[in-house]
Amino acid sequence: MTKDWRRVLIHILSVLPALWLFWQMSLWYRFLPHDLSANPIEYITKFTGDWTIRFLLITLSVSPITKFTGWRILKYRRAVGLYAFFYALLHFLNYMVLDYFFDWPLILEDIFKRPAITFGMVAFTLLIPLAITSFKFFIKKMAKNWQKLHQLIYIITIFAVIHNYMMVKADVLIPVIHAIILASLLCMRVYLKYNNRKASIKKQLA
Amino acid sequence: MLIKIKNSWELSENEVTAHSVYLSRREILKTVGFMGVGAASSLIMPGIALADDGLKVQPNKYDGHDIRNELTDIRAVQGYNNFYEFGMEKDDPARNSHSLITEPWTVTVDGDCENPGKFAVEDLIDFNALEERIYRMRCVEAWSMVIPWVGVSLSEVIKKLKPTSNAKYIYFETLVDEEQMPGQRRGVIKWPYREGLRMDEAMHPLTIMAVGLYGKKLANQNGAPMRLVVPWKYGFKGVKSIVKISFVEKEPNSSWMRLAPNEYGFYANVNPNVPHPRWSQATERRIGDFRRRDTLMFNGYGEQVAHLYDGMNLRRYY
Repeated sequence: MTKDWRRVLIHILSVLPALWLFWQMSLWYRFLPHDLSANPIEYITKFTGDWTIRFLLITLSVSPITKFTGWRILKYRRAVGLYAFFYALLHFLNYMVLDYFFDWPLILEDIFKRPAITFGMVAFTLLIPLAITSFKFFIKKMAKNWQKLHQLIYIITIFAVIHNYMMVKADVLIPVIHAIILASLLCMRVYLKYNNRKASIKKQLA
Repeated sequence: MLIKIKNSWELSENEVTAHSVYLSRREILKTVGFMGVGAASSLIMPGIALADDGLKVQPNKYDGHDIRNELTDIRAVQGYNNFYEFGMEKDDPARNSHSLITEPWTVTVDGDCENPGKFAVEDLIDFNALEERIYRMRCVEAWSMVIPWVGVSLSEVIKKLKPTSNAKYIYFETLVDEEQMPGQRRGVIKWPYREGLRMDEAMHPLTIMAVGLYGKKLANQNGAPMRLVVPWKYGFKGVKSIVKISFVEKEPNSSWMRLAPNEYGFYANVNPNVPHPRWSQATERRIGDFRRRDTLMFNGYGEQVAHLYDGMNLRRYY
C-alpha cells in the first residue's frame, strides 16, 4: 500500500473518465437513459480517443514541468503514461469489437487503405512495447536501451495527433489545439537540451 | 405472426399513432420482447387518436410503408443532428436552435424561372396536399435512421415556379444569421450552407420538400420551417431552413464540395462501393442498433432512381 497521497490522487483522477464511461455503458446496456448520445459507439470512439491524446500530452509535459518548476513529479510519469495506454486500448477495443465486430475485411481495408486509420494503428502498436516494458524489472534489465525505446513516445504522440486531425470531418479546432500543445512541448525539450549542453560546456570550461 | 401490409387507402402512420405512442415505442418493444416488431405494432398501434397539433396528410404511393416498422425513435431524430449552424456536436442543434425564428419566413426565388420573387412557406407548399413519406436516411458518417417525413414532392413546388429551359440545376441556401444561428459565429463552413440538385433529380417524385416529421411540424434542429429530403443521397444533401432557391444553368458548388472536393462530390449518391477517403461506406449503423448492417445501393431506392445515372461512372461522379 502506497503512502504517497499524490500518487493515489493521480490514480483516482485518471480512472474517473473510464469509470464514468463504464457506468454510462451499463445504463445503455440496460436500455436506461444515458449520456452517450443516440449513437453510443461513435461517442465512445471520440471519448476514448480524446482521453488517450490528453494522457499522451500530459506524459510528455511531465519532464518540462519538472525542469521549469523544480517539482518532483517525474516519478509519476510512468503511471500517467500507462493510463494513456489504457485509454488507447479501450479506443482500440471499441473499434475492433463494438464498432466493426471483427469484420476483418473492413478492418484490414481501413488499416491499409486509409492513412488516418494507419496512423492510429501504428501509434497504438508502438505503444504496446512501451506499456509492457514499464515494469521495474524491464527498467533495470534494459538499462540504457529502455530510455531509447521509450523515446518512441514522441513518434506515438505525433502520430496520434495526426490521426486525430485526419479523422475530424470539418471542425479541426480541437486537433489543432492538441497539435499546438504538442509542438510547444517538443520546442521546450529542444530548448532545455540546448541549454543543458551550454551549461555543461560552461562547467567544463570553468 | 400476423404480417399486415398497408393498402393505399388505409390511414397513414401518424393518423393512427399518437405522439406519446411514438415516444414510448422502446418501452412497447421491450414489453413485447421476443414477439417481434410486426406483431407488436399490429397489436398496439391501431385505434389511437391523433393529437391536435398534427399535420394532415394524404395517402400516396411513395409512403414507404414497407419500412414503417423500422422507425427511429423521435428522441434520436430530434436529438442527434448535424446542423453546424447551431454547433458542431450532435446534441448542439437540439440545445441551441430555439433562437431560430421560423414565422414569418421568406424564401427568395430567382434565376431561370418565370415566377421569381419572395414567397412565404405557404405560398410554395400546399398544406392541404401534404404526404407522409417514411424514408431511410443515410448519413455520410455511416449511421442511418428511418424517418416519417411530412411534405410534398419538390416537383410540386418547382411547377409553381415554372423554370425555363435554361434551368439545368436547382440551388438552395440555408439562412445566414449569427443571432439566430450561433454556430455561424465560427467559419467552419463558408456560410451560407449551399446545396443543389440536377433538374431531373429535383423533379423525381421521391425528392421532397419536408415541413414536418412524425406528423408534426419540423423542430428547428431538423431544419424548420422547410428542408430538402433526397432519400437516395447522403444526408448532407438535405439542406435545412431554406431561404433561397435558384434555377441555374451550371452545376452549383455545394458547401461540402468547397470544403473537401476529394471527399464530397456533387452527386453524393449513397453507394456502398465507393468509400469515403477516410472510412468505408459498405456498412452503416442504424441508430438504435448494435451491429452494423450492409449499406444498400442508392440507399435501397435503386429501382426508382438508378436510371437517372445510366451510363455515368459513379466512382468519378461520387
